[in-house]
Amino acid sequence: MFKRRRQRATFTDIVVWAIGAVIGIAVIYGTFVTWRTAQYSAEQWINLTIDGLKLGGVYALIALGYTLVYGILRMINFAHSEVFMSGPFTAVFLAKYLDSIGFYNDHPIISLILITLLSATVAVTIALLLERIAYRPLRYAPRLVPLITAIGASFFLQYTFRGLYGNDLEVYPNMDILDGTVAIGSIDVPKTDIVVIISAFLMMFLLYSIVQFTKTGKAMRSVSEDKEAAALMGINVDRVIVSTFALGGASAGVAGILYALIFHTAHFYMGFIPGLKAFTAAVLGGIGNVVGAWVGGTLLGLIESLGPNLFLSGLGVPAANQLKDGIAFAILVLILIFRPTGILGERLSKAKA
Amino acid sequence: MSKKIFAVLSLLILASMLLAACGEAPLECEDAIGCVEVAEGDPIHIAYAMVTSGADATLGIDSRNGAEIAMDEKGGTLLGHPIQFDGEDDQCSAEGGQAAGTKLAADPTIVAIIGTSCSSAIRVAMPLWTAAGFTVISASNTAVDLTLAGNENNHPGYLRTAHSDSVQGSAAAQFAWEKLGVKKAATIHDGSIYAEQLQQVFADAFVALGGEITSQESVDPQQTDMSGVLTTIATGAPELIYHPIFIQAGAQIVRQARETTGLENTYLMGADGMFSPDVAEGAGDAIEGVFVSSPDFSAYGDAYTTTFVPAYQAKFGSVPVSIFHAHAYDAFNMLYACIEKVAVGDKEGGNLLIGRQAMRDCMYATKDYQGLTGNLTCTPTGDCADPKIAVYEYHAGEYPPVKIWP
Repeated sequence: MFKRRRQRATFTDIVVWAIGAVIGIAVIYGTFVTWRTAQYSAEQWINLTIDGLKLGGVYALIALGYTLVYGILRMINFAHSEVFMSGPFTAVFLAKYLDSIGFYNDHPIISLILITLLSATVAVTIALLLERIAYRPLRYAPRLVPLITAIGASFFLQYTFRGLYGNDLEVYPNMDILDGTVAIGSIDVPKTDIVVIISAFLMMFLLYSIVQFTKTGKAMRSVSEDKEAAALMGINVDRVIVSTFALGGASAGVAGILYALIFHTAHFYMGFIPGLKAFTAAVLGGIGNVVGAWVGGTLLGLIESLGPNLFLSGLGVPAANQLKDGIAFAILVLILIFRPTGILGERLSKAKA
Repeated sequence: MSKKIFAVLSLLILASMLLAACGEAPLECEDAIGCVEVAEGDPIHIAYAMVTSGADATLGIDSRNGAEIAMDEKGGTLLGHPIQFDGEDDQCSAEGGQAAGTKLAADPTIVAIIGTSCSSAIRVAMPLWTAAGFTVISASNTAVDLTLAGNENNHPGYLRTAHSDSVQGSAAAQFAWEKLGVKKAATIHDGSIYAEQLQQVFADAFVALGGEITSQESVDPQQTDMSGVLTTIATGAPELIYHPIFIQAGAQIVRQARETTGLENTYLMGADGMFSPDVAEGAGDAIEGVFVSSPDFSAYGDAYTTTFVPAYQAKFGSVPVSIFHAHAYDAFNMLYACIEKVAVGDKEGGNLLIGRQAMRDCMYATKDYQGLTGNLTCTPTGDCADPKIAVYEYHAGEYPPVKIWP
């Protein structure tokens, strides 16, 4: 078997593997150098890890939207980053209003639930409108058509929201109960981080349960395996697609509020970079795969937050932290070269040959 | 040979004087790089190129407001012609500078441009405008190289009323060393020419004073998560971080530095790009105690507080939202004075010719001009500022910040 593989290896394969080997060695060497110099304390590593986990959670929730839609329609919904933006950019006005009447800090939990609900509602509405207006008429069009439409819809939504709310940076007011840190052992962890990590995980778990254990989830999985057969078995395909978009929209809306809790800002362009990162996360974990979205998101968050300090600075790269986006997208390229199906594989879509 | 040209030129000038004396003869352009013709009833066109959208919009809008007030004071007319004041968004980036630059360069009615807001934008726009023959005066470009003689980024026709960052960076270093007594500092820039050069000036001046620079890091202007870069900086244990960047990334740095182990009590200091209510709002309570350097408003003349600010409030409904409004006001008035001076023809609202080279020469020759921002004299490379830098301190929930030095 080994022999056969060697015979089949082409020149391109060898070059690709050589590139992979060089990158691998560079990463290991850089990590080793950083470890030897002991520039950072254990506490700092832990802080960076927590940071990576919270970003990863947000990426994972957004990635879920890409993954679910891909699983069912075999298309990348590039307008999903705008679904993500629409929620927090709308909810910020409610948060500001609640803050101005003093409700925000008097009843923080209720306020958080309210703004999350608003954010999720807006995101779901946008996702459903997208599906109805931009994608449904094109369902049987060639693959490239909905892809281009998605990009167009993305720009349309961005500038619609800019027209609606203006192009200023909107700021979420501070919430007193989320200020400060909690001591876990000798480490001070910001309360916001704990809330974000836990809520992201719970939300992921909830969505996973919906897909795995409910009737709608079952219908989604069967439509994803074979649309025609599912329709013949009496499944309303249109309704399943609508609920998929709703689910993706809801998770994006929640992700938006978590993102806003971390960075406190919202503006019409905020979806672009997190959207691209989440798409990377979805591909990294295996697009079409719900657990893959979680694995990919978390991994990407960790690599992004640890990577620059872990191996880039060890390699002597100047201003390593400016390259964190570079790392994320380099991973996307490497994944596409070495494992196009992602870490866990395209579980939902394997039947589609 | 130059004698010959001189002779020809003087003959031409003589001839034109004779022709002008005749009265009815059509105007002839004798300018080396062409003229702007303004027919009777047509407006005189002054354009702006400033950032009017996105996170840094207040910087550009504030400057535009300043220029509009100057225009209102003149009644909106110049030599009997209405003034047309419109323009493009420079987006505070090289891409925006390219777009705005190309668009404006294609409009031959433009006499002069006030702009750009950001140094990154002027770097690509200015070659286009130099070729188009415009006179350009910026109210807020502060990058050092723009007025450095012989530098590839210093172009004919470019002037500025803003201070050069060689002044601002040194002042910041002096403040850190003398007033705060800081011995170790780190810097962060965002890859823009403004921030990159400013932090370098600061670093050089700080080292010259005897201080130590622990690290010089960079972030992306759109970046939101700063934990990595702040952790790296924390390993050097600096007593001050100098981050002369813009509003969006600046607010995130202020917020997250307070949450980074080892940086809880480090002094934070920005520059004029972070002097904005948006920074105070974006950073929340973490803004308490953050320093910013800026032009010294208290050194402006009485006209600033008694006339300019009330006019601004009356027209735009708020106190000035950023810091280069007075510079734009001065820039507009300097252009106005020069157009008045160099225009030939019927100065009562009839046909006019404005020589492009004459316009530039007039601007470069500005001497002891009494503006809001001080006593302005332009150097041959276009530095017109009378720089007075002060350091201001932010307090949570308050705007503007309070002057504390010198």
